Amino acid sequence: MSISTLPISQATHEATPGKWTVYGRAFAGLFVRDLYVLRREMFPFIIRVCMNPLLFLFVFTYIMPHMSGGAAMNPTAQMAASGGGNFSTVLLPGLMAVAIMFSGIAAVALPLSQEFGVTREIDDRVMCPLPVGAIALEKIVFSSLQSMIAAAVVFPLAYYVPSTPVAAHVSSWPFLLAVLVLASLVAGALGLTIGTAVNPKQIGLIFGVVVMPITFLGCVYYPWAALKGMPFIKYGVLVNPIVYMSEGLRAALTPGAHMPEPLILGMLCFFLALLTWLGMRGFLRRVVG
Amino acid sequence: MIVEVRGLRKVYSGKQEVTAVDGIDLSVKPGEIYGLLGPNGAGKTTTISICTTRVIPTAGTVRIAGVDAVANPAISRRAIGVVPQYNTLDRACTISENIYFHCLFFGFSRAEAKARTTQLLDQFHLGERTKAYPSQLSGGLAQRVQIARAIAHRPKVLFLDEPSAGLDPQSRIAMWEAVRALREEGITVVLTTHYMEEADELCDRVAIIDHGKILVEDTPAALKNSVGAQKVYELHLRDRESIPALAATLAGYNGVSKAEPTGDGVRVLAHGADGLLAEVLAAAGPYGLRDLNITEASLETVFIQLTGRDLRE
Repeated sequence: MSISTLPISQATHEATPGKWTVYGRAFAGLFVRDLYVLRREMFPFIIRVCMNPLLFLFVFTYIMPHMSGGAAMNPTAQMAASGGGNFSTVLLPGLMAVAIMFSGIAAVALPLSQEFGVTREIDDRVMCPLPVGAIALEKIVFSSLQSMIAAAVVFPLAYYVPSTPVAAHVSSWPFLLAVLVLASLVAGALGLTIGTAVNPKQIGLIFGVVVMPITFLGCVYYPWAALKGMPFIKYGVLVNPIVYMSEGLRAALTPGAHMPEPLILGMLCFFLALLTWLGMRGFLRRVVG
Repeated sequence: MIVEVRGLRKVYSGKQEVTAVDGIDLSVKPGEIYGLLGPNGAGKTTTISICTTRVIPTAGTVRIAGVDAVANPAISRRAIGVVPQYNTLDRACTISENIYFHCLFFGFSRAEAKARTTQLLDQFHLGERTKAYPSQLSGGLAQRVQIARAIAHRPKVLFLDEPSAGLDPQSRIAMWEAVRALREEGITVVLTTHYMEEADELCDRVAIIDHGKILVEDTPAALKNSVGAQKVYELHLRDRESIPALAATLAGYNGVSKAEPTGDGVRVLAHGADGLLAEVLAAAGPYGLRDLNITEASLETVFIQLTGRDLRE
């Protein structure tokens, strides 16, 4: 339906733009605002992104391999021995996946729960001339940008910090790009779902109840193929979207066994659709009475 | 009519079904300051929330500047400015950035947004605090920034929900001035309030609303005239049993338009005959007159006449 025929246009001094122009500008405005705030808070953002992988890499791929007699505690040695590639190589895509996932939660879920609970800033944001669903969509898209920056920051850390060499090479750039973009969007949609589903008072709990389990059971610290001796776990973890993020990056960045690539892309698309739908539904329920 | 509401109903289903708005019709003329006056829980905020597309009505239509706000919420928001009850300023941005980005959301170019921000900061006397963050502002100042931001995209109608809630008297008067000034810009204002002074001072027309229904709607002056009295004597008596008898006696006095029993005395509505007060005092004396309040007839009197209750109850 065209709105340019409606009386709203009569009194505005400039020519009234079409519906999609109005929406497009509002969406761009929201994006510019988020970029501006992110740029100003770049330093805390980088610290947040770096700290976890840096410490993890430092302890498990630098300190441990250097320990005298630490071979028993050294996952690198064991993994290399069992033929699963070395631990540093396993960690590279895994830690990138964690950074992507966590950025989605930090960029969408945490601020949203604050806005629903305390500041009510969201009440102003939904007064933009944009359908409410598109406002939620903007959050997912912007969060995916942060996730991609986070992944780009973690890559050099995971490549240079370990004392054992990391085997990384890109066999297909389009596949890497597809995985990176899809994983980042899934992370934003996950953040939206969590942020709208969890009671703002209980948002602190999600670290223990959601973030920790999906990280540890997300094929972050071990490749999915290495689970072959434990079918219960091997198939159980398939409900976890993080599995496809880490396996996708593993397939794109490192040699060795990994999940079939079409399955990875298919499941990332599936989770993107599912979580976007859940998140949008939650968002609409929260902001429209 | 710039705001047209017809047959509006909102029923919140749940364990207990609550009818927040029960068949409201409203028409606001362009350039008017229109007030919804009523006690807490009367349905004012729900009505405004529906008009501002934040709540979907159970039944009824809302047209803002000709656009159906229920069917086309996103587009109708271009004609709407909103100042909610609580502070919704963007905490991550300064005052001027709050206004600037608001302009961008509504499709202004960067240059237009910058110019509009400068103009509004000046108009609302915010020039000294442009770099301050919302958390550093007093309630009155934050309110002023919210109004400036709400009109930044030049809406046709500004909705203010309980604009003076939580403001000190001085800030309230400053806010009233800011709202009156909007009239000169041709912005129609719809506000809710439970302060009858605010409705009286500020509004061209007032709808008194209770239990989700509009009881009466007119100019403040006409509403006060409808009471048929200038003064209200509120008599508080020790002897409660004879209250009806005293009320009947007083009702017969010359200059008394109405005398009605209240919980602990009699309320006399008088149109100011000389010497009436002395007569009333003399009549009430034998019943143990404890206290006497004399007030001008106000919108509060109108509300009490309509509902039998106090606005504050």
